[in-house]
Formats: sequence, structure tokens, C-alpha cells
Amino acid sequence: MKEFINYMADPIRSFPIMTILYILMMKYYRIIGTKKFAIGAVVASLPVVAWFCMDANFRAIILWPDNIPINIIIILIAWLTWYSLYRCAQNDARIEKGECPIEATPENREKVWTWPNLVYTELMCMIGATVFLVVWAIIFKAPLEEPANPTWAPNPAKAPWYFLGLQEMLVYFDPWMAGVVLPGIIVVGLMAIPYIDTNPKGNGYFTIKERPLAMWMFMYGWLVLWIYLIIVGTFLRGPNWTFYGPFEYWDFHKVVSEYNVNLSEFLWIKWLNMPMPGNIVLREILGIILTVAYIVVIPLWSAKTKWGKKIIENTGQIRYYIFIFLLLGMTSLPIKMVLRWLFSLKYIIALPEWELNL
Amino acid sequence: MSDESKKQLNRREFFSFVTVGWVAFTSAVAGLASLAFRYSYPNVTFDPEMDFIAGFPADYEEGVDERWKNGFGVWMVKQEGKLVALSNICTHLGCVPNWLPAELKFKCPCHGSGYYMNGINFEGPAPRPLERYKIALTPEGKIKVDKTKIYRYEKGQWDHPDSYLSV
Ligand code: FES
Repeated sequence: MKEFINYMADPIRSFPIMTILYILMMKYYRIIGTKKFAIGAVVASLPVVAWFCMDANFRAIILWPDNIPINIIIILIAWLTWYSLYRCAQNDARIEKGECPIEATPENREKVWTWPNLVYTELMCMIGATVFLVVWAIIFKAPLEEPANPTWAPNPAKAPWYFLGLQEMLVYFDPWMAGVVLPGIIVVGLMAIPYIDTNPKGNGYFTIKERPLAMWMFMYGWLVLWIYLIIVGTFLRGPNWTFYGPFEYWDFHKVVSEYNVNLSEFLWIKWLNMPMPGNIVLREILGIILTVAYIVVIPLWSAKTKWGKKIIENTGQIRYYIFIFLLLGMTSLPIKMVLRWLFSLKYIIALPEWELNL
Repeated sequence: MSDESKKQLNRREFFSFVTVGWVAFTSAVAGLASLAFRYSYPNVTFDPEMDFIAGFPADYEEGVDERWKNGFGVWMVKQEGKLVALSNICTHLGCVPNWLPAELKFKCPCHGSGYYMNGINFEGPAPRPLERYKIALTPEGKIKVDKTKIYRYEKGQWDHPDSYLSV
């Protein structure tokens, strides 16, 4: 059983599983978003968690001081996700009956002042968080480590926990892409949401039914492409950034061999049986064509489909193209992950001469 | 003018006060800022030297030699009659890989890039091989490694005579 869980936890298998679970969750949110389901899920998961914790290797990972906040966060996120689904399910049922969402009922329309109501709560949270950090640092003896040494790196070398999703992303991308371009797109894209999304539906109340596209897209990026990757990076990556299952001992000598190949090598050596051409643009031509198709042809083609036409009608051309571009940026991550797993594909365009690798 | 307003500041005095106050304030801020700026530079640096003498070619055995790794960030690799000075900076994001003698590869702890003994990347996300540093013999027959000059495989620079020593 433990072997099986270790085996299934490998991102190759757990990523599709998470995606499927995510789709089921969003599809059946009305079942999941009930109190009965929540209580049932908690009751059912307690013995499972207890059984997991009996394993020494698993305990070693989750009780590692750095990982404590991530445990807390996983619990919090599970709770908050369930809570929003619960509110969505409630509202959607009301909307179907022709009633207004709960947030719009007269008793909920009352307004309060930011000061003192909000600011006061924030202050309290700040104090609470500080107290928590101090207590945590004392209990787990937060270490003061030796001065930085440019010729030595700890193994595994892990980023702060909130960047572990990015670090996991870096396994599949060139540092320029996963370290600069994609995070930049994420930040700019999140800031752009209010300007791109002009649909007033869902403002100030929970709903999935009225905003299916926005909800499905955002929650996928958040839960699967961010939280899930943080969990993988935290708990399942050991020395040398090798994958270790939840019950696996962190053996420094675990050998994994993966031989990664660029698309150009596939094209010229495997398929055409030719030496790689000397001209580097010609060498990478297939990757360049595919990339251009991905970022130019897909938006233009999708604008012609029924789905695209509807969005353009509602929001306008420019908003549509920005939206599609952001969406393609997001989906490039799962695409590259799957290609890496299935074909050991390293880079679609590999131009290390120009520091350009996609 | 009444007596009353004489006791208060007149215009000229007011401006001189403001000027003095403003100059004092500005210089205080400038002084603090320059101190803060100075603070951001270390008092002592432990940066490795950019070039160093690495003993005689006969000191090295076939394979990877780690003796200069911690001090200078260089692996000496002797293989197939060539001695090269390999940089220990991962070409992915600049972590420091480890030499795993059992598996005969360099493996990066950050995102799992792997390199063969000769520095060629083969697994993980690293886009190109490790870099070589300039290596040459001094008149006394000692090895001199110069880290200011690098040779990159993908640019075809590993054929350059300065990028290896024939031994
Ligand atoms: S820095 Fe070495 S693999 Fe990313």
C-alpha cells in the first residue's frame, strides 16, 4: 500500500490525478459544498492522516520545522476552498429559484466603516501573526546559519516555501522563462483582471454558475498549478531535487536517470536521421514554428470560434487577446510538464547561444 | 507696526530660520543616506580570487578533483589526456552542483540538472554544459587557472587551446 502511494505521488501520476480531482470538484461543487460532505470528509480523512503519521519517514517530512506552516496552509486552503464552494452552491441554488444571492439580501446590505472595523481586525491579525512567528521560532529553535558561501549549496537547496511552486516550475523551464517571464505574467495578469474582466456578474457574491470560465480558470491556476506544485516542492522533493514519495527515506544515493532531449535533436537526429545543421535558426526551426503557432495562430483561430466570438462581443478585441495570451501563458506550464514526462523533452526551442530556451 | 508684531518674527527672520532648518535637515538626511549606502558594502570580502596556481599537472589523477572547489569554485577534470578547469556554477540558475562519484555525474541540488564528468548536461533543465575556465602552464610548469576567461561548449569554444591542457 505504501509502495503504491509512493508510486502514485510521483508528479507524472499525481498531476493528472489532481487535475481530474479538480475537475470533479468543480463539476460536483454542489455536492461537495454541503455541510454533510465536509463533515464526512473530515471524519473519513482523520484515520487516513493518522495512518500516514504512523510512518517515520512521513513524520520526518511533515514535522520538519520549515514545513510546519505549509501543513497549516494546506488545512486552511482545504477549508477555504470548501467554504467558497459551499457559498457558491448556496447562492447558485437561490439564483436558480430566482432569488437574489445571500450577500444581496437587505440584512446583508448594511455597510460598516473601514475604520475601525477592518483596520482593527487587521491590526489584531498582525499581532497574532507576530506572536505566532515568535513562538514558532522558539519552539523549533530557528537556526542562525553560517555566512553564505558562494561555492557551496545545501542539498536539497530549497527556496522559501511560497516560492517552491516556482522552483518546481523551474524544473521544466529555462530560468528566464520560469524565473522572470512567467512570474511577471502572473503578477501583471492578476493586476489586469479588473481591467480585462468587465462582467459585473459575481461582483460581491459567491457564484460559479454565473461565471464558469473565470472560476474554472482561476481555480485551476491557483489550486493545481500553484498550491499543488508547492506541495510537491515541499514534501516530495529531496536531495538533488529528486522525487521522493511520502513514505520514502531521503536516500542521498537514490539514482534516477532521465535523459532529456531537445525538440531539435528529435527532429534532426531521430526523425530525419541527419546531422544537426550548423545554422542555429534552421536547427530550431520546428520549435520556432510551433511556438509561433502557439502564441499567434491559436489566438487568431480561437477568435473565430463561437466561444471566442462571444467573449469578443462582451469585452472587445484587445481584452480578448490579452486574456487569451494570459491563458496560453498559464497552459504552457502543464503542456511542458506533460511533454517532459512523456517524451523527456527538454526545450522546444533551445538556443543557449542566445540564452533563449522555451 | 505695533509692539505686538515686533515680538513675532518678521519676514526676513522667518526665511533665515527656514533656510537654516532646511539645510540642517537636508544634510542630516544626506549623511544618513550615505551611511546607509556605505553599510550595504561589506567591510571585508571573502570573494575567491579570479586566478590561482593549481599545482603541477602530475598532481592530478584521472577523474574529477575537488580540491579547488570550495576555495575557488573549480573542478579539475582529467579525462582522455586532457585536463580542464570546470566551473562549478550550474548553467540553469547558478546553484552549485555536487560531484557524485558513485554515479559519475555532477548533480545540481536546486532543480536536479545532471552533467557528465566532462561537463555536458544530460538531465534536468540545464540548457547548456558547464563552462570551462582558461587553463595554462606557467614558465615553472605549474598550472594557472584564470576564471576571467570562460569557454562555452555550445559556442564551439572547447576546441580552443587555452580551454584545456594536454597531459
Ligand atoms: S540551478 Fe542547477 S538545476 Fe536549476
